[in-house]
Amino acid sequence: MTTLKQTPLNAAHRAMGAKMVDFGGWDMPVNYGSQIDEHHQVRRDCGMFDVSHMRVVDIKGDGVRAFLRHLLANNPDKLTTTGKALYSTMLRPDGGVIDDLIIYFMSESWFRIVVNAGTADKDIAWMKEQAASHALNLAITPRQDLAMIAVQGPNARAKVWEALPGSQELSENLVPFSAVEMGEMFIARTGYTGEDGFEIMIPAKAAPFFWANLAEKGVKPIGLGARDTLRLEAGMNLYGQDMDETVNPLESGLAWTVDLKSPRDFIGKAALLAHPPTRKLAGLLLTDRGVLRGHQKVHTAHGEGEITSGSFSPTLEKSIALARVPSGVAIGDTVQVAVRDKMLNAQVVKYPFARNGKGMI
Amino acid sequence: MSNPENLKYTTSHEWVRTEADGTVSIGITQHAQELLGDMVFVEAPAVGRHLAAREECAVVESVKAAADVYAPVSGTVTEANAELDGSPESINQDPYSAWMFKMRPDNSSDVGALMDATAYQAFVDSEAH
Repeated sequence: MTTLKQTPLNAAHRAMGAKMVDFGGWDMPVNYGSQIDEHHQVRRDCGMFDVSHMRVVDIKGDGVRAFLRHLLANNPDKLTTTGKALYSTMLRPDGGVIDDLIIYFMSESWFRIVVNAGTADKDIAWMKEQAASHALNLAITPRQDLAMIAVQGPNARAKVWEALPGSQELSENLVPFSAVEMGEMFIARTGYTGEDGFEIMIPAKAAPFFWANLAEKGVKPIGLGARDTLRLEAGMNLYGQDMDETVNPLESGLAWTVDLKSPRDFIGKAALLAHPPTRKLAGLLLTDRGVLRGHQKVHTAHGEGEITSGSFSPTLEKSIALARVPSGVAIGDTVQVAVRDKMLNAQVVKYPFARNGKGMI
Repeated sequence: MSNPENLKYTTSHEWVRTEADGTVSIGITQHAQELLGDMVFVEAPAVGRHLAAREECAVVESVKAAADVYAPVSGTVTEANAELDGSPESINQDPYSAWMFKMRPDNSSDVGALMDATAYQAFVDSEAH
């Protein structure tokens, strides 16, 4: 058995009664008690997540923007203000998704990127390969010295300001999807829950102290279990489930993140233009009793599809899912999902399913 | 929470209680509910269905995962606990009260052959290592 990787908050999770699981090679908290209570805690008040397994990568040097223009499906030229963030996919030449990520524009010689934990090594190798093949002299530096704590929920920002003296002045005017540096820390108004809040990067050594401060201010720890139901309700994709290297972003509900309008060329663009999508990601709401799960087959009037992410929605108290289905499937259609030996009815709905404390279905 | 002494247990983490009328009530153990987490759906077997011992006959689903429930002995289903449909969380709150279904065993001696509380605890401990 290989040893699981630990974040700087591992001991803190155990002290708080977390149930720890192997999450892609990381020893992470799945919950600290009830996953449903943790979910509601974030929608109704606020909670904190250890997301230190995700990798921060700094790219520095002349021509970073031009490099990212070529590397990413979304257009970094949308970023004109310091600290502004952009969500994008990074594609293979055939259009398959290598990863989804967030880039922060810090200066013309520094962009910061946050990538998924399970894909970090291959992402960095890909970035370095692309930089080398264009003879670019860029420093691509994974920042394993940084921990990351997400504080999410309607009261999240106020709690961070209480727990972190000096942070309010710097961050209260941050618009959503932007970030500011605070010494060695980095405060971003981003998240993966559909709620307001911050994602805060902090030197690993200081992370347990900050986590304890937040706990002292009444911020409850939230495990990866609730993180998954929160992001699913918010209609946010999970890499490895809703998309991977075998599908392109246009068939993964991510067309809004792909810039095909500008004349800019990027890796994967030609493949996307050559192969118009025949499938799409749709939201499903189960109308029969049961629970939708990933990989269940979906039968529609236009052909077969498959659930990519499915669970129980604590906010709607019904089962919901994202499913990859033929493009002809429309909102309002009734489809059938094969659950064990039964065919259950589900309705195709517009997602997100819930955001900002409320159900949207 | 310790496992009640008056119940019998299976290696698939069901508990079995013999009732005064000779039927047995079946639920899932404290250990099983802890592993699964918050319950959101329960599907009990149809009343009147005959089950073989070890047959998959019911399903519990938590937010996290679905799990099969197996017949502890052979017999006929006599009742399903309809109250669990509206409150699956009672399995988390009080697993040894939240019975899922009752059955009349073909041979009541089969129940006696199941594990007692001490043997079940030893089994759970051995699975953890």
